Amino acid sequence: MSEAMDQGLKSELQKQGIFVTSTQELYNWGRRNSIWPLQFGLACCAIEMIATAASRYDLARFGGEVFRPSPRQADLMIVAGTVTKKMAPQIVRLYNQMPDPKYVISMGACAISGGPFKQGYNVLKGIDRYIPVDVYIPGCPPRPEALLHAFMELQRKIDDQKLSGSDKAAFLKKDQPSEFPVPAFGEHDLQPPANPDLFHPPQIERK
Amino acid sequence: MLASSTTPDPYFFIVIFTGVALLFPLLPLALAWMWRRFFQPPKPGARKNATYECGVESVGEAHVQFRSQYYLYCIIFLLFDVEAIFLIPFAVAFTGLPVGAFIAILVFLLLLVEGLIWAWSKGCLQWAS
Repeated sequence: MSEAMDQGLKSELQKQGIFVTSTQELYNWGRRNSIWPLQFGLACCAIEMIATAASRYDLARFGGEVFRPSPRQADLMIVAGTVTKKMAPQIVRLYNQMPDPKYVISMGACAISGGPFKQGYNVLKGIDRYIPVDVYIPGCPPRPEALLHAFMELQRKIDDQKLSGSDKAAFLKKDQPSEFPVPAFGEHDLQPPANPDLFHPPQIERK
Repeated sequence: MLASSTTPDPYFFIVIFTGVALLFPLLPLALAWMWRRFFQPPKPGARKNATYECGVESVGEAHVQFRSQYYLYCIIFLLFDVEAIFLIPFAVAFTGLPVGAFIAILVFLLLLVEGLIWAWSKGCLQWAS
């Protein structure tokens, strides 16, 4: 494949009319320009997501306007809003039902960490405890421009994914899981409180 | 003779049409199959293969039976619903009605009340039999 090809040679080839040099490039170009999000919103961030998809901010410019009502047809899950502990199993289940390759944008303070409700008893302290998140957007709620920025970051990430070699994308590796265990209600909290294979918070060292 | 050898058979276009109509859906499907075969490892799972695509686990049977009694309820409800539509103008114009009209509406009401009594005595209003 063409990961070794430098930018100068590529632009020189494009001047001569050669635009596609590898399968990977063509594949990733197609994928990154047709990201179909799963249509669901959880809280106030969803209103910003709706605004992003509507005419003023126009997510269609990035090929992401096709919000799918079924996880079977979706590539991207935008976790837009507060994830309550009641809702977390459903979200993980929906994520599991999405076909590979799938991506997650964690939108807003609540989806990242619980946000203003972090100290509460009923809010999950970040959806990355159960599913792998690709892009985090800070904000409460983030503006539509921020969601567009996250979308572009995701496109950049997709563009860099390799189809072959040892550092190929995780969804192409046989041993990488596509489904993650769905938490269940325990006596006091969701069990398990986090997926230990997935959730590695940075350890704070106080001196 | 010359014309017939240069112009194609008029039915030849149907062959082209059929060919394109077959290739148009089959080619992308074949490409997708080849992609899956050579690049992407399948990762099936219990939840991914579940029939019902929803965040919530499905509960109970899909083959639910409704009682046929419901149908009788609906018909009786519809009758008295229509009666109410007739009764409203009657009630609005009640003070200015001549005796003939008053008797006519009473006959109408009597008919419906008879129907209600008949349905009642037949056990139509009994939900559980």
